[in-house]
Amino acid sequence: MDPLLERYLGVIEVSRKHRMAQAVPLLRDQEKEALLAAYHPDYKKEAYRPIRFGPNAGAETVHELARLLEADSPLVAKPANLSRADYEVDVLVLGGGGSGATAALAAKDAGASVMIATKLRMGDSNTVMAEGGIQVAVKEDDSPIQHFVDAMHGGHYKNDPRLLKVLVEDGPFVVDWLDSIGVLFDRDQDGNLKVKKGGGTSRARLLACKDYTGLDMMRVLKDTVLNEPAIQIVEFAPAIELLTDPSGAVTGAVLQNLDVDQRIVVRAKSIIVATGGIGRLHIQNFPTSNHFGATGDALPLCYRVGAPLAYPGTFQYHPTGAIHPEQMAGLLVTEAIRSGGAHLVNKNGERFVNELEARDVVCAAIIRECAEGRGIDSPFGRHGVWLDIPVIDAMNGDGVVHRRYPGMVRKYGRHGIDIGKQPVLIYPTLHYQNGGVEIGVNAETRVPGLYVSGEASGGIHGTNRLMGNSLLDIIVFGRRAGKAAAERAKAVGFGELTINHLDGFHKAMTDAGVTPDAVSPMILPDYVRRPDNAGNLPG
Amino acid sequence: MSAEIQTQMITVEIMGKQYQVPDGMTVISTMWYTGHQLTRGVGCLGGVCGACATVYRNKDDFALKVGLGCQMRVEDGMSFFMTPYYPAAKPNYRIEEIEHPKEELFKYFPEALNCRNCNACNKVCPQDIDIKGAVKDAVKGDFAAAADKALSCVMCGLCVSRCIAEMAPNMIALYARRTWSVFYATKHERLDMQMERIRSGYWNDEWEKIFALDEAGMKEYCKSRR
Repeated sequence: MDPLLERYLGVIEVSRKHRMAQAVPLLRDQEKEALLAAYHPDYKKEAYRPIRFGPNAGAETVHELARLLEADSPLVAKPANLSRADYEVDVLVLGGGGSGATAALAAKDAGASVMIATKLRMGDSNTVMAEGGIQVAVKEDDSPIQHFVDAMHGGHYKNDPRLLKVLVEDGPFVVDWLDSIGVLFDRDQDGNLKVKKGGGTSRARLLACKDYTGLDMMRVLKDTVLNEPAIQIVEFAPAIELLTDPSGAVTGAVLQNLDVDQRIVVRAKSIIVATGGIGRLHIQNFPTSNHFGATGDALPLCYRVGAPLAYPGTFQYHPTGAIHPEQMAGLLVTEAIRSGGAHLVNKNGERFVNELEARDVVCAAIIRECAEGRGIDSPFGRHGVWLDIPVIDAMNGDGVVHRRYPGMVRKYGRHGIDIGKQPVLIYPTLHYQNGGVEIGVNAETRVPGLYVSGEASGGIHGTNRLMGNSLLDIIVFGRRAGKAAAERAKAVGFGELTINHLDGFHKAMTDAGVTPDAVSPMILPDYVRRPDNAGNLPG
Repeated sequence: MSAEIQTQMITVEIMGKQYQVPDGMTVISTMWYTGHQLTRGVGCLGGVCGACATVYRNKDDFALKVGLGCQMRVEDGMSFFMTPYYPAAKPNYRIEEIEHPKEELFKYFPEALNCRNCNACNKVCPQDIDIKGAVKDAVKGDFAAAADKALSCVMCGLCVSRCIAEMAPNMIALYARRTWSVFYATKHERLDMQMERIRSGYWNDEWEKIFALDEAGMKEYCKSRR
């Protein structure tokens, strides 16, 4: 057995019986606020600073993001030849995850010629990793209103209500569409869609494909895209700068071919940015559950052409990221396990928070336990608390964990850990950017021709997203973006390709007295061990 | 994240060169630890995208094995290299143009009948899927069983690389899974009911009420309904 577990197994097993009989009360509002203020990373003042110029000048965000927003374009040091375009399409989609694939399909359905440019392979994304489910009101005791109420409460009442209404009302239609292209959601005994309960919700409304929901969605979306010869896909080619015409409308993009030293110029009538989130910035040194390319490229790209950001300072830390064994560090333990009855347990064998509190509250409680010396250290210097998964079987009967969570069982099983029998060590992991580029109900930004969908956008979830609302948002706003971008493409011609927007950006930079110390977007994180980059462990 | 590592060092071989690394790392973190810059072969880093297929051999073992580089722990004496791309062909089909999915399986995947029971696909699958069984289920017309078996497929294509009948078992299983969902799985009256209510504006009065609220009113409203 794992030596670390061996040391603690007694404490966990002895305390289990007592914990099973124990009811941990939900916190009152004041208690929650005090806990968040003391321990949630979003409330840590020294991690934040004001953005010094641009559309969000004066707004606070974390140092890691502020630096990239104020950084210079790669085209300054090495200009691109904009005199001709390598590709001309109606709609250019940046990003090959769930939202990008959906947007491309919607734009194609609306009659546009479409190209997807993606940093990694098509589908290698955060979508594919989503385990818990997609939140949609489909039961008799539920409604879009109830869904709205839960998301608004979870988002600390900062959500844009117009966007949230669209999210919850498009939900059932999106499920119908996903069903029509072959996503196979779990059914209950009477053949209807099966719903599970998620953290922070007042009704059970998570639809799932066991704990492989995102995988099934992405697999089907990718296959649907690949079956459409009319959609061109260019992989390993992230955007490094958007292009604009003299009026400020977006007219194209410069891509970087990551395989060879080559720039690719694309001319497009509309651009949909669906490049996902920021986990790989490792904000405040947190590990992340995000994929390798999640470096928040949408934010500096859109910021430079003048699109304001909504809530650029709030991030979601998923409460249960694996920290041990080391080869699993950063991997997410699905929240469905916590909502399914698993206990969070400190080194003394005590529960310290109701496991069904919203994500931010649970995170803060785990961080508090570790900060106050009730955490457990891993051999690689990480620290965390136990997630007692076997208690689910103890409450519900043997084999329930294996039946409900085959994905998690397999992932831990690879390393000789049977989660039906052994607890696992977890710590909050940087999971999601709650904010992003400000959008309207059709995913449009304030910059003509520029649309943003999925995690790259902001406003839908306020300052804290509920479980299952991201898989929903990427499809809802991906479809809307695709349709709106295709409609615009019918109404406008191709524009001139310039980087004139950088003149205004540089003037604002100079006026603010800023000398950039970085180039953005980041494109890929650097984990290579070198004398100047020692001791960086990914995860 | 920065960490003080307290484990033993082991020796591994990457494409024929030896390196010392701390025990307990994955193939991909070993690549980074030893100074390799990666653009291809890294994807979700969560074991579900299939980008990081790796071929390896254990110390004193003859057999060549494969696994996912982001999930696989390297062991002392292990020799490996990463295979980030496999040029498999894919037949194109549109779900909305399919009429008889079980018959049309053989139009798009005629080779599905050629399985010679060698079991190489099952042995190679990093997800432990009975992919041979899934193909056989599909051929027999039991798409539900094929769909169930293939749930966790990450489309890494390693089964394609080993199939002596030159088929793409993962794509056959995906075809079965998608068409099962569209053509045969039960439909849901509740979903239809919700869509109908939204279309007909069933909640319009309630929305109007909500959109007239100020921030304090919104809080009170939401809390009262939870």
